[in-house]
Amino acid sequence: MNPSLSTAPSTATLRAVTRGRVRRTRRRRTVIVALAVLIVVVFALTLMVGRTFYPPGDVLRVVLGHDVPGASFTVGRLRLPRAALAVAAGLCFGLAGSTFQTMLRNPLASPDIIGISSGASAAATFAIVVLGLSGPTVSVVAIVSGLAISTLVYALAYKGGVAGTRLILIGIGVAAMLDSVTSYVLDRAPEWDLQEALRWLTGSLNGTDWNRVVPVVIALALIAPVLLSRANDLSLFQLGDDTASALGVRANLTRLIAVTAAVALIAFATAAAGPIAFVAFLCGPIAARLVGPDGSLLLPSALVGALLVLVADLVGQFLLGTRYPVGVVTGVLGAPYLVYLIVRTHRAGGSL
Amino acid sequence: MTTTDTRPAEPAGIGAVRRPRRLRVLGLAALVLVVLGLMCVSVAVGTRDVGRDAIVAALGGSVEGFDEAAVAKRVPRTLLAVLAGAALGVAGAVMQGVTRNPIADPGILGVNMGASLAVVVGMASFGLASATHFVWAAVVGGGITAVFVYIIGSLGRGGATPLKLALAGTAVSAALSSFISAIVLPRNDIAGGVRSWQIGGVGGATYDSLTQILPFLVVGFALCLACARGLDMLALGDDLAAGLGERVALARGGASLGAVTLCGAATAVTGPIAFVGLVVPHVCRLLTGPGHRWLIPFSALGGAALLTAADVVGRIVARPAQIDVGIVTALIGAPFFIHIVRRQKVRSL
Repeated sequence: MNPSLSTAPSTATLRAVTRGRVRRTRRRRTVIVALAVLIVVVFALTLMVGRTFYPPGDVLRVVLGHDVPGASFTVGRLRLPRAALAVAAGLCFGLAGSTFQTMLRNPLASPDIIGISSGASAAATFAIVVLGLSGPTVSVVAIVSGLAISTLVYALAYKGGVAGTRLILIGIGVAAMLDSVTSYVLDRAPEWDLQEALRWLTGSLNGTDWNRVVPVVIALALIAPVLLSRANDLSLFQLGDDTASALGVRANLTRLIAVTAAVALIAFATAAAGPIAFVAFLCGPIAARLVGPDGSLLLPSALVGALLVLVADLVGQFLLGTRYPVGVVTGVLGAPYLVYLIVRTHRAGGSL
Repeated sequence: MTTTDTRPAEPAGIGAVRRPRRLRVLGLAALVLVVLGLMCVSVAVGTRDVGRDAIVAALGGSVEGFDEAAVAKRVPRTLLAVLAGAALGVAGAVMQGVTRNPIADPGILGVNMGASLAVVVGMASFGLASATHFVWAAVVGGGITAVFVYIIGSLGRGGATPLKLALAGTAVSAALSSFISAIVLPRNDIAGGVRSWQIGGVGGATYDSLTQILPFLVVGFALCLACARGLDMLALGDDLAAGLGERVALARGGASLGAVTLCGAATAVTGPIAFVGLVVPHVCRLLTGPGHRWLIPFSALGGAALLTAADVVGRIVARPAQIDVGIVTALIGAPFFIHIVRRQKVRSL
């Protein structure tokens, strides 16, 4: 290489690269701020709207702990836990989903497709219906079995290296099996009505109280920082495991931490709200389209998840005539998107 | 994917693949005996312990005591398990032949879910209540879904590979099941009926529903058998089959129609049952080799045996409750699916 030839264009290239990077960083920041603002707005809306409308002043006073006749019960006891669980569960699903998608380099490798959500909900239903457990023990059972299932899927797919496609197909098989376990357990408990059963099959926020919300919030507060601190290492996995190791990522350690943290998030959220259909799968691709190709997707997809669950719950409750659980709304939205994503990937000729 | 499309033909393997005719006839006879034996077990064994006298009395038409009544209920149930199992086994074999894909199965390709959605829509909007109406709805719904899934799965390079088909089927199934919940939830009047139909299995069989689906099953079996030779040709690839004088579109269309009719009819009475159509043809192919004229009867008997056995197991394991037969087949079938995926030659049959 002749140095004099390469220096002149390189300053121009450098400038272009710098400009691009600044622009993308700015876009990312704008998107994140916009998402956060939207979440706050929809959260406030969820607290105000309902069978009776409460003005923002009343809602604010209830949230600050004052006693407002009427509003204290409706907003403080009914709507606030529900909205809080929507945000917390959405954050969990979004964060965990995009962790898996980033790490396995495949949008289809989200926990709800490769069987981890199915494992957590099968374990949770088993713990509740058969073992008669409740509260935090259910979450523990769900986490342990979520971890076991993800290890199992990974081990079954391992055959001189993990091919992404094999992992997904095997995950689909495992999920089918676990779903049949869930429906068997639900079948054994005839006193459960259809609504309650559907909570465990599609996810619902109905009848939320603080006892269900608090574990999720605590889990989120403890685990999310760990996961976010690994965000850059995880992004490097997109270049391939070997390249990531060469760039100084301790691949196995990072993978272990990321999988454990993501499964724990999924399990806590599932134990509280059921496996809200397709949220974990949807957040990553949506966030990727919003923020563009630069940087980690973890934070944006977590925010997208929270927004998605809040909006879907609002839509399911008030816009459709009858009250639908949130999982039905996200399922009806998400499944066609999954079909679309598959069609598009097939068209492009990618091997997924 | 680490598989290769074209493997060299193995001349030595042909002898191993093609079993002698006598062996196959013997195998068929043995399977018939197995099915008959399982039918006897299915009538004799159940949640309630019944003495031999009561069984004989019940088969003679007596319904006087509880024991006789219980046995009398088991007879149509056994017949339904045999018929539905045979239908699903054949449907699976034919679908694997038509799509040239080892993991084709009415459950995985979304046909069951399409049939379910059609039945649920029929219940919710048109007030369907009898099995005959269900069959029509299920066949139409299943057929549309099969075509849709196949189109999605075969887009792009490489045609309908197992992965693409399985993903398309799973995605479409997920979409359809969301729609099913969206339709059922606000309708408390039909929710109970739908739920008991969905997880119904073979428990709710009556002679009435059996006679109503019988014509569909006969037509479906006849269509599949008539297309068996065409399916053998299709296995060589479309171009070669056409070159050998096979009308490819006709064979494929006829066989698909037969398969969809079979699993639509079975689904209409039993609710969706997955994995029978996946497991049975694979095991049968080990016995018969790849020719469909033998594979289809073997799959019919194998499916009947599997579903009857699964039903008996479901009745015994969780006494006094029962496990739905669809759950038992999923627990058996999903590991088998995983095994097929883990094998290297996923792409070629």
